[in-house]
Amino acid sequence: MAADVRPLLQVEDLKIQFRVPDGILPAVDGIGYRLDRGETLGLVGESGSGKSVSSLALLRLLESPPAEIRSGRVLFQGRDLLQVPEREISDLRGRSISMIFQEPMTSLNPVMTVGFQIDEALMRHFGWPRREARQRSLELLTLVGIPSPQRNIDSYPHELSGGMRQRVMIALALSCEPKILVADEPTTALDVTIQAQILELMVGLQEKFGTSILLITHDLAVIAETAHRVAVMYAGRIVEAAPVATIFGEPRHPYTQGLLNSIPRIHRERLDALAEIAGGVPDLTRLPPGCAFAPRCPRADAHCRRERPEPMTVGSDHVVSCWKASDA
Amino acid sequence: MTKINIIATATEADGGVAARHHGFIRMVLRRFLRHRLAVAGAVVVVLLCASALFANLLAPHDPTFLDTRHRFLAPFQDMGFLLGTDELGRDTLSRLLYGGRVSLAVGLVAMLTTIVSGLLIGLTAGYYGGWIDDLLMRFVDTMLCFPQVFLLLVVAAFVPPTLISISLIIGLTSWMEVARIVRGEMLYLKEQDFVQAARALGAGGARIMFRELLPNAIAPVLVAATLKVATAVLMESYISYLGYGIQPPLASWGNMLTNAQGYFDTVPYLAILPGALITLAVMSFNFLGDGLRDALDPRLKMD
Repeated sequence: MAADVRPLLQVEDLKIQFRVPDGILPAVDGIGYRLDRGETLGLVGESGSGKSVSSLALLRLLESPPAEIRSGRVLFQGRDLLQVPEREISDLRGRSISMIFQEPMTSLNPVMTVGFQIDEALMRHFGWPRREARQRSLELLTLVGIPSPQRNIDSYPHELSGGMRQRVMIALALSCEPKILVADEPTTALDVTIQAQILELMVGLQEKFGTSILLITHDLAVIAETAHRVAVMYAGRIVEAAPVATIFGEPRHPYTQGLLNSIPRIHRERLDALAEIAGGVPDLTRLPPGCAFAPRCPRADAHCRRERPEPMTVGSDHVVSCWKASDA
Repeated sequence: MTKINIIATATEADGGVAARHHGFIRMVLRRFLRHRLAVAGAVVVVLLCASALFANLLAPHDPTFLDTRHRFLAPFQDMGFLLGTDELGRDTLSRLLYGGRVSLAVGLVAMLTTIVSGLLIGLTAGYYGGWIDDLLMRFVDTMLCFPQVFLLLVVAAFVPPTLISISLIIGLTSWMEVARIVRGEMLYLKEQDFVQAARALGAGGARIMFRELLPNAIAPVLVAATLKVATAVLMESYISYLGYGIQPPLASWGNMLTNAQGYFDTVPYLAILPGALITLAVMSFNFLGDGLRDALDPRLKMD
């Protein structure tokens, strides 16, 4: 049989809006990306750029109302997840596509032992008896580096630290060996040394299981360490997508450039001011007609403010939505 | 955010694992034991339940046997009838023991009915929200519009009074408070991250309701349950006193009180004894409930 040449996950023209008291908020405005087998795609953006909302939509976890998926397709192995019946999507959750969240402190059920929670997932998807599930839970906890797993399998979440809980969350999310792991800011709530450990663990498990990871973060350092390709989001749109080396080496979109310039560097000579992007994230209910970044962009002209730039290919696997990208 | 980071670092330093693996139950027990009134209440509740359970072994006489030669004996007047006899010569001690069996059984069955109906309605309303919530909560409001005693008496007028029917009637007219408590808990709990996480792992509605959410709401329900036993015992006495409750010759604390009212000025101990037991039982259950409330409150982290 020929290898499946379709990408594992292909998102096309996804539009999601929220009905809010003062109008309609287009949280995600026509984004598209693909995720290949075994790769990590980093989705970067500020708070409110639509990165979390778009990822929740993959598993249809958005509460509707207020959220409303206006258009688009989410093709998982060629199948549109937005059209799959509720019953089937619930079978896919955790089994084919799994998710870990930002807050390890609150993402585990406080009244159940961590082992029990992993057992439940295994029993749910594989129909295993408790004893068999328990065996596997123990292996998983060992795999994610929980010390003395024999004892800690019966710990309650509050007895574990944040880093340990995030390890448990990873064990839980990977318990049924999903094809895709959506990691929504998995290290944001952890301190820096633990962040590195968790990222290392995720990369290691990705190699072991061949899992594809959709890594959502606002932290470019995290992206640099783990992602193969990067999509930068701004105001509900993907403004630039490229392999990680290209994004860091030759960013084309002024927003991406601004983000990279605002990373503090220790070896920088003068420390009097940290570069920042002027202005703030625009109000999504009152977006300008042209490029959403134009009001903050140092290179914007009348054309930018008038007409919205469409994504254009500027290099191999490098797409930018900016009128100025070609003459940069 | 920084606060969370600090906590994470601090605990990570000791290897990320809590050194002491103390069980939740042991912690609750330790907190409960500090509450003296609650402990006293628990002891009394256990004693009352045991004496009701073993009434057939403890009672010196048949509680319905009429001994017309020994009517209106005062307590300790005749050592064969330790707590005296009533107007028909029945042994008061035996009737109190058997009556306790009936009254406490009514309390327990009514409590179970209350909790089950309150839980189901509260869970459904809180979890699904929207028009389901509106509908169920307006039903709760409607039920609360009527004084419980009216509801009780109206239903009792149509249903033959037996232990089970009385318990069910009491239970079905007092679940509203539990439904409100559970609904409130659900509204809070369903927004928690772990619910979203469970859903992301493939859990469906029923699973989330009963396996993820319900165990988190068990503490306030347990407290409500103990308090409900107390009110049900009181209710049973109340409607028995009005003549609609447990029917003689079967004894309950409530109908013993009813019987005694004709002789209240001449032989007051006939009323005082069952009255005292009702008070004791109700107070003990309330203390027990208060103690549990404090012991189970997760916000009061001890040590």
